[in-house]
Amino acid sequence: MRQYLPLQTVETTQVGEPWLNITIFGIFVAITLVIVLRASRNNKTAADYYAAGRSFTGPQNGTAIAGDYLSAASFLGIVGAIAINGYDGFLYSIGFLVAWLVALLLVAELLRNTGKFTMADVLSFRLQQRPVRIAAAITTLAVCFFYLLAQMAGAGALVSLLLGIDDRLGQSLVITVVGGLMILYVLIGGMKGTTWVQIIKACLLIAGAFVMTIWVLALHDFNLSTLLGAAIETSGNPAITGPGLQYGASGTTRLDFVSLALALVLGTAALPHVLMRFYTVPTAKEARRSVVWAIWLIGAFYLFTLVLGYGAGALIGADRINNAPGGVNSAAPLLAFELGGPFLLGIISAVAFATILAVVAGLTITAAASFAHDIYANVVRRGKVDPDGEVKVARRTVVVIGVLSIVGGIGAQGQNVAFLVALAFAVAASANLPTIIYSLFWQKFNTQGALWSMYGGLLTAIILIAFSPVVSGGEKSMIQTADFSWFPLSNPGIVSIPLAFFLGWLGTVLAKRTEDAQKQAEMEVRSLTGVGAEKATSH
Amino acid sequence: MGHDPSAPGAPPSAPVDFTEVQQRPQFQELRKRHRSFVFPMAAAFLLWYFLYVLLADYAHEFMSTPVWGNVNIGLLLGLLQFVSTFGITMWYVSYANRRLDPIAEELRNDLEDAAPEVFKAPEGGTK
Repeated sequence: MRQYLPLQTVETTQVGEPWLNITIFGIFVAITLVIVLRASRNNKTAADYYAAGRSFTGPQNGTAIAGDYLSAASFLGIVGAIAINGYDGFLYSIGFLVAWLVALLLVAELLRNTGKFTMADVLSFRLQQRPVRIAAAITTLAVCFFYLLAQMAGAGALVSLLLGIDDRLGQSLVITVVGGLMILYVLIGGMKGTTWVQIIKACLLIAGAFVMTIWVLALHDFNLSTLLGAAIETSGNPAITGPGLQYGASGTTRLDFVSLALALVLGTAALPHVLMRFYTVPTAKEARRSVVWAIWLIGAFYLFTLVLGYGAGALIGADRINNAPGGVNSAAPLLAFELGGPFLLGIISAVAFATILAVVAGLTITAAASFAHDIYANVVRRGKVDPDGEVKVARRTVVVIGVLSIVGGIGAQGQNVAFLVALAFAVAASANLPTIIYSLFWQKFNTQGALWSMYGGLLTAIILIAFSPVVSGGEKSMIQTADFSWFPLSNPGIVSIPLAFFLGWLGTVLAKRTEDAQKQAEMEVRSLTGVGAEKATSH
Repeated sequence: MGHDPSAPGAPPSAPVDFTEVQQRPQFQELRKRHRSFVFPMAAAFLLWYFLYVLLADYAHEFMSTPVWGNVNIGLLLGLLQFVSTFGITMWYVSYANRRLDPIAEELRNDLEDAAPEVFKAPEGGTK
């Protein structure tokens, strides 16, 4: 619920020139559309549509991963969190980065070697096809749904700040336009088009953040201590350079933070839209290079957000940020305006829009691939479908998911985007990660273990969220008029992730049916050697 | 797509006995090298990350100890998380290039030469 703002704050927070913001964003859309159209010429087979013909190089894919991963939550949410809560905001970014080591060491290459298009390809490789595929598709769709909500909520917040559109109808209209554009990109461009949008966006975002970082540092003698000092002075609270402002309030909030940290570090390597990106490169070695590039780019970016967050805290101050339309998410755009006036604000807001567009496109194509490839082609049609038919279904799914995310985005306005993303990570880490790890590394793992772990993890995470203060009973809850919460933490990870690992083990040891040893051997040999892995298509 | 050997659910790729390949000393060595690096490393970085998280969560005073100007221990430890992440990444890449890739490639070539009809007909591609 948006609070009614007193008149004088409305005047001071109406920043920038809406027409300039729209023009710069329009230029970005025009350029990317041309690229998407050119890239789409070769979209013939399912491998082209879902996996861009596996023809991207490691560095290209790594940049696209960064583009996919550095969502509006990272940019707007983390800068805002650092600006207001100081150090506790920084903790988010560390979790987001360290998590990539799980992907690098345990998942990326093995997954590239054993799968084809989706996460379910890997999970069902040596287990019973239909039940495991259905479960994996359901968890994929659930994670994509939470993540999409977060992005669309971010779009709404941006709109209110940047275009000066404060009423709900206007915001909803802009969310619809952004959603419509995204549908167009994914429909025409498939994975190739989506990847190019992500690459361009990652370059713009990192370059933009870099320029602002240098600018902020230059204003503070290139001295981190001076910058921190200025932030302390503006906020009047020396505690912002240390931990505790957000999570230190009570025993519950501290535990909540451990829960969040667990979800962040284990969730990344289980995000379906990230996993799917590993199929766009020709070999496992390129998958490794992708992760290395992604780690460098993402790491650098989070170092920038540290400076930007404290910079916003120092130059703008928490009060003005909180009172601006868009609230905590407006810290980065406000900082851009403070530094470079309407023009820099226009660029940064266009980048932020592009960010949302690119991430939403990546999520949509993942969800569509999962539905068309896992549920339609392999479960409903039992693999007896020609690739053209499958891609046709995928395209229709894109439209459905696009419309759903527009509706959800309109409904999710006003939620903190970093927080919503954290929930998506918790669901991914609970529902997907145990099964991914077990099926890659545990010889005896079987179908019952996979199903128990995936459904158990997914249900636990969602039920705990539904009965947490996030949904009801608190001041910032989605439903403020009712209180049916009994789970004290806002992030379910600390319960649901260990439980999902445990259920995977329990289901496996209790199962009467053993799996095909030959299939297990094949998966292990393929995963480590890359023999028979899907090759790049060439035209 | 029907002939694609790697499509999960396809009939077992008949001419290759993967259980035999799995028992080969060469493959056992590859698996040992892979696991003996990634498991301890994963455990180490997770421990180090959670040590940091718990300190940030429960040792506020320690983390707020100034080191240099307004820079405190918490900030330094946070930045060290970045350094260790970059470091482990580079370490793994160099390990994989030296110790994993050559042996994996050798095995892959052996298998592909032994059963070209199984492995060298990728769907839709010519490469």
